[in-house]
Amino acid sequence: MQGPARAYSVSSAPGSAGPREAEAPWKNPAATAYIRIEGISKKFGQFTAVDDVTLDIHRGEIFCLLGGSGCGKTTLLRMLAGFEAPTGGRIFIDGHDMADVPPFKRPVNMMFQSYALFPHMTVENNVAFGLKQEGMPRNQIAERVAEMLALVKLDELAKRKPHQLSGGQRQRVALARALIKRPKLLLLDEPLGALDKRLREHTQFELVNIQKRLGVTFVVVTHDQEEAMTLATRIGVMNQGRIVQVGTPQEIYEFPSTRFTAEFIGNVNMFKCKVLEARPGHVYIESTDLGGRIHVSPGISSAPDAVVWAAVRPEKIILTREAPRESFNAAAGTIREVAYMGDVSIYLVELDSGKTVRVTQPNTRRHSDGAFRWDDRVWVSWHESSAVVVTE
Amino acid sequence: MAQTLSLLSRRFGITGRRLVIAVPWVWLLLFFLVPFLIVLKISFAHTRLGVPPYTPLWDWTPEHALHLSLSAANYLFLARESLYLEAFLSSIRVAFISTLFCLLVAYPMAYGIARSSPRWRNTLLLLVVLPFWTSFLVRVYAWIGLLRNNGLINNVLMGLGVIHEPLVMMQTDFAMYIGIVYSYLPFMILPLYSNLEKHDHTLLEAAVNLGATPFKAFLQITLPLSLPGIIAGSMLVFIPAVGEFVIPRLLGGNNTLMIGRVLWDEFFNNRNWPEASAVAMTLLLVLVLPIMIFQRYQARDAGGGLRGNHG
Repeated sequence: MQGPARAYSVSSAPGSAGPREAEAPWKNPAATAYIRIEGISKKFGQFTAVDDVTLDIHRGEIFCLLGGSGCGKTTLLRMLAGFEAPTGGRIFIDGHDMADVPPFKRPVNMMFQSYALFPHMTVENNVAFGLKQEGMPRNQIAERVAEMLALVKLDELAKRKPHQLSGGQRQRVALARALIKRPKLLLLDEPLGALDKRLREHTQFELVNIQKRLGVTFVVVTHDQEEAMTLATRIGVMNQGRIVQVGTPQEIYEFPSTRFTAEFIGNVNMFKCKVLEARPGHVYIESTDLGGRIHVSPGISSAPDAVVWAAVRPEKIILTREAPRESFNAAAGTIREVAYMGDVSIYLVELDSGKTVRVTQPNTRRHSDGAFRWDDRVWVSWHESSAVVVTE
Repeated sequence: MAQTLSLLSRRFGITGRRLVIAVPWVWLLLFFLVPFLIVLKISFAHTRLGVPPYTPLWDWTPEHALHLSLSAANYLFLARESLYLEAFLSSIRVAFISTLFCLLVAYPMAYGIARSSPRWRNTLLLLVVLPFWTSFLVRVYAWIGLLRNNGLINNVLMGLGVIHEPLVMMQTDFAMYIGIVYSYLPFMILPLYSNLEKHDHTLLEAAVNLGATPFKAFLQITLPLSLPGIIAGSMLVFIPAVGEFVIPRLLGGNNTLMIGRVLWDEFFNNRNWPEASAVAMTLLLVLVLPIMIFQRYQARDAGGGLRGNHG
């Protein structure tokens, strides 16, 4: 399942059992994938947009393809829809090879980033469009459309035209239109991208609810890690046409396997290190960035003297005035910046080695007596299990 | 200077904005409304020998009273004489068929240009407009050279042995339609292009994604959305084609009755200016009414048309 970059097994990770994972089919080797992407590549002339991607997506999943612009995620989505023909590899949906199936015959519907609502049709006719193409009788169409509009809470606006709707309403029309044919697979291209922040939060929960009720498999493309984290059952991180890492949001965040994943998702402090001792139980590394040793458990298998990176999330770092007990995973420094964000405060600590470390601390108390201030001398430290060793 | 201007603007409400708006209004007043009123006036007069060849609408009687004579005779004559009605109907039919053929030829061309790569688009558009750089008459005469019995087309076909006798194409409806469609094609292509060029291609992808074949997607999405372009182009072709005079005269047969030719004959052969003016007025009415209805329909539908729905 994982690329060669992966150095250790995620299943041994402590505390990764979320409520959704009780039914995680990707952990069951006997489960057959609903959508199978086998060695898919797409070249535009000299440029390789998608490079030998292999993925198994299971029924009822919300699978997020996450990556920056130009990473190939949209091209991969368009190949699933049939808008682009792959230059290599095959796609199976529910056991059927999609190679010769034209886009208008695929059991795949798509919600476009721009929504692509038909401007000359009412909400009702937009939603009914897919069923009309099948030649379904009128009264049946009306029934299904009414049902779907009720589901997305648009029944009142059935006779409106798209330009008379707000952004959030258009998004729901697009969703209703894409779901009306009960597709085996729904593709969503940046589904929340055009909504403002408040509406996004509301909509993403609604999206998950609708998905659960209908049991449709979702493949979501997004560049927004927050969107991916809240929606996805699993995330596939993409970079330069390749899948870098696949895992649940928690796995991706807590156990990134590469420097790219670690830096792309959330904030992270990276320490360049040399391996001193690598064992299954722990790994000891020496970091000039930190000016000391870093202990990480569980360990990785690595040759001594290999250059690796230790990644530590800002919220996992402890800030103290006194030196911690252990001499490893710790360094002294001076606070250079303090940003009060309300729920948390962000500190930028310049270590004596010269490296600046980002630390976030929850503001558990309302009063700021004894809070850290500019130019305070402090110690940063973290627990052995908080750091992750990643490769380039 | 500035003081004078500000005084002017305060006293008469003359501002830069009003001046700019005034220019087209003055233009229309001088070159459309005034000539229109003159023709309207003549259409109510009687014909007479002399200069001008029509009776004045008003004059002063020896008792210094205003004498006004309006005559509806010209219009009544139009209604009575079947020649005019036939000419009107025939002109409308010719214009309609020409518009239809223009649309059939122009739509694929406009669509092709709109979907071509931006690098080619301007070149292709230039090619569409290029014929305008040659005089209209010269281009119509060029068609005579192509279509006549010992013209290029017949010579090539006979040289190839496809036909043994020259095809009679000149002085036929066929030649006339070729001439009209050829001459008016750019007027159809340009509004269609400017409409089609704005279309959002993802709409077609969405339609195909929802199960429409590419052809059905075209019928249900592209075609209705390009309706404003179709109507605008059709107006631009249909209206001048109804009154077309030169092309039927040069390429068409003598038995093709066109209102433009009736107008010409009335003016120059019969020297019946009032009757000719009445024909012109009626023609205007026949053409303006549908346009006004269309305008009203468009105004009501505004906003629901082409506007995309990008957030």
